Amino acid sequence: MFMRNLSILALSFAFVTAAYALEAPHLGRPATPDDIKAYELDAMPDGRFLPEGHGTAKEGEAIFVEKCQSCHGEKGVKGIALALVGGQGTIGKNEIKPLRTVGSYWPYAPSIFSYIRRAMPYYESKSLSTDEIYALTAYLLALNKLIGEQDEMNAKTLGQVKMPWRDHFRPFKRGD
Amino acid sequence: MAKKLLHPIDSAEYSAENGLLDRRLFLRGSALLGSMMGYGVAQEVAAEPLVVQPWMQHPGPFPRPYDAPSRFESEVIRRGEPSSNKIPELGTVRTPIHQLTGTMTPNGLHYVRVHTGVPDIDPAQHRLLIHGMVKRPLVFDVESLSRYPIESRIHFLECGGNSELIYDEHPAQVGVQRLHGQVSCAEWGGVPLSILMDEAGVDPRGKWIIAEGADACGLTRSIPMEKIMKDAMIALYQNGERLRPSNGYPMRLFLPGYEGNMNIKHVRRIKVIDSPHQSRDETMRYSMMRTGGISTQFNCVMEAKSVITQPAPELKMKGPGLYQISGLAWSGYGHVRRVDISADGGKTWAQADLQQPVRDLALTRFRLPWHWDGRPALLQSRVTDNTGYVQPTRADMIARRGIWANYHGNCITTWAIDANGEVKHVYA
Repeated sequence: MFMRNLSILALSFAFVTAAYALEAPHLGRPATPDDIKAYELDAMPDGRFLPEGHGTAKEGEAIFVEKCQSCHGEKGVKGIALALVGGQGTIGKNEIKPLRTVGSYWPYAPSIFSYIRRAMPYYESKSLSTDEIYALTAYLLALNKLIGEQDEMNAKTLGQVKMPWRDHFRPFKRGD
Repeated sequence: MAKKLLHPIDSAEYSAENGLLDRRLFLRGSALLGSMMGYGVAQEVAAEPLVVQPWMQHPGPFPRPYDAPSRFESEVIRRGEPSSNKIPELGTVRTPIHQLTGTMTPNGLHYVRVHTGVPDIDPAQHRLLIHGMVKRPLVFDVESLSRYPIESRIHFLECGGNSELIYDEHPAQVGVQRLHGQVSCAEWGGVPLSILMDEAGVDPRGKWIIAEGADACGLTRSIPMEKIMKDAMIALYQNGERLRPSNGYPMRLFLPGYEGNMNIKHVRRIKVIDSPHQSRDETMRYSMMRTGGISTQFNCVMEAKSVITQPAPELKMKGPGLYQISGLAWSGYGHVRRVDISADGGKTWAQADLQQPVRDLALTRFRLPWHWDGRPALLQSRVTDNTGYVQPTRADMIARRGIWANYHGNCITTWAIDANGEVKHVYA
């Protein structure tokens, strides 16, 4: 009797599960390519999904002075917001306070592009053109001496920039 | 010690040095309970005759449409500060865990970390886009999500940066709210994200997602698909009502047991990808800079941790006598198995009573009666979770991570109590 009840229970559970799957609400509307274009702001660390466009450090400097310097300071060294330049050699030592910047710590250059694109300038984010973002990214990389003044950053070159601290990152494991 | 007792206590009722009593004393309804002391800063009120007060004679106003605490509780508030006084939109407010009891955090007191302030989002204009490596990219709004089957679950939420001061070289002279107040617990109600992901049809190569918020910084984190399909939720409700704006209105990603920052507030986009995005907040921030030149990232799960909330530096002891030590414990890997308390800096331990039920991935309240004889004492709590993990000492944690790791500080905290009843944060 008990087993019979159990199998009836199991059967009804299976039925309910099947019926539920059939009746999944499906209330989302299909997203159009324009929807995705309006919201998608990220690029992968190897440069995939970077948009078409380009910029150099020289072009970036003027934009930086106009839109970034008031918070990040002259040449990104010292301001009311985080420093963007310097700090190399300060990470990973107990006796030195570490300074995390684009040059000393960020492991992937396309992440800088994505971050500026969705979050900066702080009081008017998502307002820069693609070329302006490439130029600003190039300027920050050049200030940190990771690329040359004339090097053009674009969807192909940005993912190839070698960032000094990249090989020092690994995933956390329990007990670390 | 016995000669200093104000009340006779059978020596068998002590369970560790320095006056820690048996946790079952409360349950037995001991006569000792009649002499329990409260913590506080106020002086004891002298015996006064009972009088009829005005509120006993005159009716009060009609109840407010949405109630608020008594005006006499105006000091029970979130406290915090902008990270820079020049950028008031960036900062943290912390839960007054020393002023609460039980396990649930009222919505107005839930801790909040914001990077670009609290957005004022019109729910009618909010959209959630699911795209990337899926068969059918989909757009949801609040109204459509509200028609899905809703689940409610009680879970803690803790900022990855909670307790960051515990890494400081010298013990920070702050209260428990400042030190450990970026943890809260609520009943979160929403739609299991796996239902929406199944409707979108995830490509088997899609091992991660990017989740992005609709706030001005578009906060973005990568999350393993395994977690998304296991127990992730698009939360719409917090303790029965719609989310508060500072906690993600009108919808947030909720990842039980995971670092607060990954529980993206105001979530507007989920993109299925094959490997992590390496966003600013999982590289530049929320990674641990460890001594020896390694940085660990994707510190997803909040490790087991406990903290004594009463007494605490904000709460002075009011003379020798009987007290209840109380605090919070939790584990992002499961649930609390036991909490032990020491009053002698970790030499001897007594097992605390756990408030039932003890839930997975939720705050657990522990309590233990204590006879304080008025002499200096070093109070500690130590949690063991159901995986057998034991909360480490600070020395152990620092030896593994160094002093600049900043995040996920989960070591044992020590409160030093001096002969005047002042409570101070120390390293021991």
